Order: sequence, then structure tokens, then C-alpha cells
Amino acid sequence: MRRLRGALAPYLLVLPGGLWLAVFFVVPMVYMASVSLMTGNIIDGFTMTWHWRNYTDGLDVYGDKLVRSLWYGGLATLACIALAYPAAYWIAFKGGRHKSTWLFLLLLPFFVSFVLRTVAWKLVLTDEGPVLGPLKGWGLLPDGFHVLDSGFAVVSGLTYNFLPFMILPIYVALERIDYRVIEAAYDLYAGRLAVFRRVVLPLSLPGVFAGVIMTFVPVSSDYVNAEVLGGPGNTMIGNVVQTEYFDNSSYALASALSFTLMAILLVGIFAYARALGTKDVLEAAGR
Amino acid sequence: MTTTLTAPERRAPRRRPVRGRGLQIYTTLLVAWLLLPIAVMILFGFNDTKSKQNFEWEGFTLHWYAHLFDKKDLTTALVNSLTIAALTTVIATVLGTLAGLALGRHRFRGQGVSNLVMFAAISCPELVMGSSLLAMFVATETPRGYLTILAAHVMFSVSFVAITVRARAVGLDPKIEEAAQDLGAGPWTTFRLVTLPMIMPGVLSGALLAFALSVDDFIITNFTSGATQTFPLWVWASTRTGTPPQVNVMGTLIFAVGVLLAIINIAATRRRARTH
Repeated sequence: MRRLRGALAPYLLVLPGGLWLAVFFVVPMVYMASVSLMTGNIIDGFTMTWHWRNYTDGLDVYGDKLVRSLWYGGLATLACIALAYPAAYWIAFKGGRHKSTWLFLLLLPFFVSFVLRTVAWKLVLTDEGPVLGPLKGWGLLPDGFHVLDSGFAVVSGLTYNFLPFMILPIYVALERIDYRVIEAAYDLYAGRLAVFRRVVLPLSLPGVFAGVIMTFVPVSSDYVNAEVLGGPGNTMIGNVVQTEYFDNSSYALASALSFTLMAILLVGIFAYARALGTKDVLEAAGR
Repeated sequence: MTTTLTAPERRAPRRRPVRGRGLQIYTTLLVAWLLLPIAVMILFGFNDTKSKQNFEWEGFTLHWYAHLFDKKDLTTALVNSLTIAALTTVIATVLGTLAGLALGRHRFRGQGVSNLVMFAAISCPELVMGSSLLAMFVATETPRGYLTILAAHVMFSVSFVAITVRARAVGLDPKIEEAAQDLGAGPWTTFRLVTLPMIMPGVLSGALLAFALSVDDFIITNFTSGATQTFPLWVWASTRTGTPPQVNVMGTLIFAVGVLLAIINIAATRRRARTH
């Protein structure tokens, strides 16, 4: 009896959480997959017709938005790496006693709601706002200069919002490096640049990879930044899915687009994980 | 001769692989950039604006602090956000802790699938989770509102709790629990007095994560909310017509409380570390 309970224990423990994930994560995916192949409209209802054209139609009409999402996502991710790495490096190696204070400061934005942070960033970038206003006043920028309603504004907002997700994993990877390895490199006559390029950088790459997964996926499917900062001319695939669902009630098309986005991102993640060794990426993502 | 001379020279910089100044200034500027919008948000909570748009500085006032709860629907949205986050934290922490224990302590068939589903739930774009939930609710004619938001929030939080608990449970020595059972403790007593205290740090950080994820969530909530409003949804809707200063004040107060709790938590952890 006791042995039986021992064998059943893990299943009983996993069951409640697993059921919840099954009902509200796995089953909805199945629903969305089937809706994406239906035809119909909100009034007459949707029926299953294996209408694969939803996918090709979606790509025909909104392919450019999809490409733009991946492009903005890629740019913001690269900007995050470039901005995060030096800071993570300095904190990990030179932060001394104040390491946790610096990390705390970098995480402070998370105490403000994501949407509100984006609105606040818009406030910073407005034409007569606290940055552009003075610069124009001093004659450093022409009067008509503006940043909002541009691709740059969207990418800057995405970078701003997701930067801490890049700093943390890079910091963790750098912090883990055994200092004796670096000393050994110096003892073997490596210069500062060589130590960085051949020791520190390769050892910190798992952190960068984890950071890329944690930023690229949410960034390229975001629609808050595009809506608040980009105006009508810079919409991303997230805006399209949202509009198709809520304003046009074209559930089939929206599901097809949403599925396409997920397929691209999933294939991307798994190809990426394959190329870098599945275990590392899964582990890094699991942290 | 030359080699013996150059060797110590070469070794000299080894204690300082990084020269700090430039990078320190850079890091300071980066922090300043991250905090600038928050400073602006706080400042514009004191803005004596007359128009619907709160974009230009028109003078200092405490009016919005005094009239914080004037907008009834905004207050309702904030209350919804906080109660949903609290309920999510309780449910997700219980379910996630159980699953995390199973995944960390036991080997069983289906473990790989469980890990995979959790990994998928964590890495899946919110847009896809939100729209698939909407597809299901529409197809099954489930009315959307408070409960569907709650179900969705528990769904995306539970994996995070499970993973933090799993990380903690993996390192546990099963001999400690065996010892408790040898001393006559039943399974429940063993769990309450031995296992739970050992995994508590993981449970607590998982719970905090669940609260933070839930209270801040916008995208999935937007797809599952129906007519129910939460704080992020209200702010989102207001961006089209003009965000009132009360939003800045609420943001400021949430920020202040959050930071204060975090500092108290850090101080308490440090003190405990010192006394032990």
C-alpha cells in the first residue's frame, strides 16, 4: 500500500497544476488551430471547412506586418544586448559590495506597470517633453523635429521595456565565471582584449542566449509599444491580431495569423536551441 | 633576460581585468535612462493640468492625490487587479508548489512531457496564449469576465512557481524526511514541519513572481476580460482619450509600496544572514 502510494505520489502532485495547464493552455491551442481552418462570420457562426486559405490570405495581406514584427523584434533584441552587456560586465566584475544595489536599481522599472511604463516613455519622447523640449529651446534640434510615430520610437520603447530581461541572465553568466580561469589566462600571457575575447565572452554566451529568448519572443509579439509609440504607420502583427479579433471579429483569420506567428517563433527557438545545444538553452530558460 | 623582466609586468594588471571608470559612468547613465520615465510619471502626478491630456507641465498641485478615487471605474479596475493578483498568487502557489515538488523529487513517466508543457507555457508569446483562450471561450460560449481572467492568470503563473520550487526541491536530501518519518511523523507532519520549511524560499519567490506577473499583465488579460477592467486595461483604454493624472498617482503609490516592501525584505534577509 505504501509503495503504491509512493508510485502514485508524483502523479497526484502534478495533477492539479497539470490539469489547469491542460484546460487553459493546451486545449485553447487546439481550439485556435481548429478555428484557424474555419470559415464564417460572427453573425452566422463559424464552421469547419478546412479552409487553409486563411493562412495564405493572412500572409498575403499582413505578411509585411509579420516581417516588420520580426525586424523590430530583432533590432530591439540587438539593442538590448549592446546596452546590457557592458553594464552587466561592470556590475559582475566591479560592482564589489554594491552588486545587489545596482541590480535593484536596474530592476526598479518592474515596479511600474508595463503599459504605464510605455505611456511614461511616450511622455518623455513627446515633442515638447522633458527631453526634446529643452533641446529645441537651446537650438540643438530643429523645431519640427519629432520622435513619436516612428519605427525608432517603437524599437526604443521595446528596448526600454525589456532591457532588464537581458541584463539579468548576462549578469548571472558573468558572475559565475571562476576568476581563477581569468587569472590563468593572464598568466599565459593573454592581453586584456584576448582575455575578454577568448575567455570571458565565450563563458558569458549562455547568458546572452537566454536573454535573447527572454526578449525576442515577447518583443516581436508585443503590440502595446507599437500602438502607444508608433502610431498607425508602424503597426506590428500583434496589433493586427488584436484588431481582427476585437474590431473585425474575423476570428478565423486572426487565429491563423496568431498560429503563424507562434510557428515561426517556435521553429526559431528550437532551431536556435539545436544550434547551441538544447540543454543549455532549456536550462537557461528554466532559470 | 627580457622574458623574466616582462613576465611580472605582464602579470601586473591581473588584479584589475577591467578598468572601471568609463563603464561605471556608462552603467550610471543606463540606470538614469531606466529611471527617467518613472521620474516623469511621478512628476506628472503633481501636474496642475486643465486639459484631458497630461503632457505639458502647468504647475504643481496635490489635487490628484486628494481626488485619487474620484474616477469610480478606475478605482474598480485597480481593486480588480489587486484581488485577481492575490487570488492568482494563492492558487498558483499551491498548484505550482505541488508540481514543483513532484518534478524535483521524483522520477516518473510523463515527467518529460510535464517539463515540456511548462517550458512551452513560459516561452509561448502572450499574444498566442491570449488569442487561443479567446478562441476557446468564444467557441464554448463561455462568458468572459473576472473568472476567465483569473483562470488565465493562474495558467501563466503556475509554471513559474513550479520551476522556482523545483530548483529548490532538487537539492533536498531525502534522508532528512526519512529521519522525520523514522521518528514517527506522518506524511502530512513531515511535509509541514520538514519539507515545507526547506523549500520555503522557493515557494516565496514563486509567489512573489506570480503576484508581479498577474498584477502587471496586459496582453492575456485584454483577450480574456470581456467587459471587466483591470488597472493595465484601464490605462490602455485611456491612452486613446488622454490619461488622467490619477493614473500617475496610482502608479507612483504602487511603485512606492513595491519598492518599500522590497527594501524591507532585503534588510530582513540581511539581518537574518548576520544573526545566523
